[in-house]
Amino acid sequence: MRGSPHILQTVSVRLVMFKVLIALLPGIAAYVWFFGAAILVQIALASSAALAAEAAILRLRGKPVLLHLTDGSALVTAWLVALTFPPIAPWWLTVLGVLVAIVIAKHLYGGLGQNPFNPAMVAYCAMIVAYPQLMSQWPHVGQDALLPMLQAIFSGDRQIDALVMATPLDALRTILRNPEAHATVAGILGAHATFGNVGGYGWEWIAAGYLVGGLWLWQQRVITWHAPLAYLVTLAAIAAIFGIIDPQRFAGAEFHLFTGGAMLGAFFIATDPVSGCTTPLGKILFAAGAAALTWVIRNFGGYPDGMAFAILLMNLLAPLIDRYTQPKVFGHKRKPDA
Amino acid sequence: MLELFRFPGGVKPAAHKQESAGAAIVPAPLPELLVVPFRQSATGAAVIQASTGERVRKGQLIGAAEGAFGSSVHAPTSGAVIAIESRMLPHPSGLAAPCAVIEPDGAETWIERAPLDPFNTDPEIVRARIRDAGIVGLGGAVFPSHVKTRAPAAIDTLIINGAECEPWITCDDRLMRERTADIVCGAAILGRLMGAKRILVGVEDNKPEAAAALRAVIGGEGYCETGDMQAHFQVIGVPTLYPAGGEKQLIRVLTGIEIPYGKLGPEFGIQCFNVGTAHAVARAVLHGEPLIARIVTLAGNYARPGNFEVLIGTPMNALLALGAPRSDTDRIVMGGPMMGFALADTAVPVVKATNCLLAMSPQLFPPPPPELPCIRCGACTRACPMILQPHELYWYAKSKNFGKAQEYHLFDCIECGCCAYVCPSRIPLVDYYRFAKAEIRAREREKAAADTARERYEFRQFREERDQAEKAARLAARAAETQARLADENSAKIAAAQARSQAEAAAPREENA
Repeated sequence: MRGSPHILQTVSVRLVMFKVLIALLPGIAAYVWFFGAAILVQIALASSAALAAEAAILRLRGKPVLLHLTDGSALVTAWLVALTFPPIAPWWLTVLGVLVAIVIAKHLYGGLGQNPFNPAMVAYCAMIVAYPQLMSQWPHVGQDALLPMLQAIFSGDRQIDALVMATPLDALRTILRNPEAHATVAGILGAHATFGNVGGYGWEWIAAGYLVGGLWLWQQRVITWHAPLAYLVTLAAIAAIFGIIDPQRFAGAEFHLFTGGAMLGAFFIATDPVSGCTTPLGKILFAAGAAALTWVIRNFGGYPDGMAFAILLMNLLAPLIDRYTQPKVFGHKRKPDA
Repeated sequence: MLELFRFPGGVKPAAHKQESAGAAIVPAPLPELLVVPFRQSATGAAVIQASTGERVRKGQLIGAAEGAFGSSVHAPTSGAVIAIESRMLPHPSGLAAPCAVIEPDGAETWIERAPLDPFNTDPEIVRARIRDAGIVGLGGAVFPSHVKTRAPAAIDTLIINGAECEPWITCDDRLMRERTADIVCGAAILGRLMGAKRILVGVEDNKPEAAAALRAVIGGEGYCETGDMQAHFQVIGVPTLYPAGGEKQLIRVLTGIEIPYGKLGPEFGIQCFNVGTAHAVARAVLHGEPLIARIVTLAGNYARPGNFEVLIGTPMNALLALGAPRSDTDRIVMGGPMMGFALADTAVPVVKATNCLLAMSPQLFPPPPPELPCIRCGACTRACPMILQPHELYWYAKSKNFGKAQEYHLFDCIECGCCAYVCPSRIPLVDYYRFAKAEIRAREREKAAADTARERYEFRQFREERDQAEKAARLAARAAETQARLADENSAKIAAAQARSQAEAAAPREENA
């Protein structure tokens, strides 16, 4: 029989996960506004695949299927996979990504609460390594017609040259690394349609949507301020310092904050309690490390965005960081602050 | 105005005080039988001083305090001791222990009560009175109060705990409103015993009537001779945040001092007593009445919730009947919903630790939804008043990695229940900690027993070897002695023989000569 306490607060895992989904809505709304409804198709696709995979593997593992299926964690993973994959990715790529996330990254490690790596980030990294080209085809600025994008998702032959263009991070990197171009950051940002006011065209507004949703999560006490603030401040600080040292080669803070997965990572990935740190200082170190790695991979790595790889690398360190950042227990401080 | 401090974490469960806070204290009727346990303090059982068939008077000593940490037990009413036998006590394990079963005669004949003037009496006599009156901490810990008044260090601040932070319980609230003068006098007596420079009465700010009553008494005159303590009293409303009534938390709020695990308040110049204890001290010293009754709240699923003044030893079933539990009541919890424990059986007596009998029904206290895995969300770490990492402790307790659990300060856990209260996976975290603590204590006992056994065995071996060696040495010595004697005898014999043969050799010559 269960001992004290005999009363419980009415917060549930389901409610926590549901709030995370709600918090993603502003970003998704901006996504639809700029790039059409294809992302909704991807979210639906990913959600169905995730629920099916979750149900199947729960059954295989002999766990109560309905109880765990309705905890909402599979949906959160599915949405994050859909939001980090290109909206015109072929359907099987999204499904494969979700399977990698749910079956391999989550359940092979023991299911909810046991996975050392963020499942959505495992899916992203596995797929970008396996299918680098498909994972780099992002829709053209102003491309919001649903039909051609649906064709790209579901039809076997992808006539998509008219649809795709390089992402802001990709464009900037490719041009900067071409020694013949003699380009500067300012020149590239001004000359290309893919760039918006501070980040990528459209992407900056999607990032703003994630920011709004993330702040709401913080206000709702689902997440604490430590990881998002540390991630954003560290990324901004490094980007600003290098942007000042060599403005020709390095984009500034605002560009890094509002492009790629930075904002999504800060509020929805670095705050993942299962694969991240749990001590206050640990959360800060975890997110700051992830931000620094993000910047390094973006500027010197082989992949367009570094957020996913940075998170996985920090996931490896999370238990160690937690171990060495245990807060002082009540009364064990050196001096009472009376 | 005193500066208040915050303690870390804490939760705000629905208080549910209004259900019983309005009910004035009513004396419970004399039951048909009283079952008074001899073990009524945290430190051990009293030495039985009564015998079957003996007539006792109200307040008569029936169990004497043993040793410096003992606590005495008294007859709650006059009557006959009809049995001294083992009865089940209200305890999580359903423990049984010796009790005096008293049949009241209904006359309520008191022993001779001798009031003391606490401010003109040797403190040792006052302290002895507190001990002989069987006073223990009535907040629930039931530690003998006279021991706490003998602080090893100078006490600067005496804290009187009227926080009563557990939901549903209102016995201290009613006591503060109705027996205010006795609480203040008791606090003054305790303050003088320890030489405290100030007395802080902490009351959660959801009990404004209690705080107002205390302030009125302290500000007024003519309630009792409080010596020179009156000027040092302060009644402080502390923010309502569970567990503000935890001793360490209240000390933190009122003084800013954090008392770590393994240390006690007096090392920091602080001592803390519950308002009920202060009341009992005043009754014992000023009126000569030992601790034979206490206030018990009946709250929860009752038709008539309320606060009752109950004789220690009253059968709980008799008390429960006064509140008339509703028919869907499925459990009775002794204590509050955060830290109390469900009684396996209500055929047990009210003891000095019984502050509340909470009646539960599935409707009022819905059973928890199914448990889910820990998602390390950190809600527990934010709620923990001891700044522990409850999810890590859970992990190590579950995997029986007790060394790690201790490394993560398992024993700093005060089992307040905040972590389990907020857990979105509804994991019974405190159950895991209780399990781990019990296992560690059991292993330490086993280890101590094994160490003793090993030491005994080793000493026996040593003794046997020593005895053998001594015996061998003795035998060797005797053998040597014998040999030496034999050798002596031999040489004597040889000498004698030689002498004889020489003599024989010489004699024939003489004969021949």
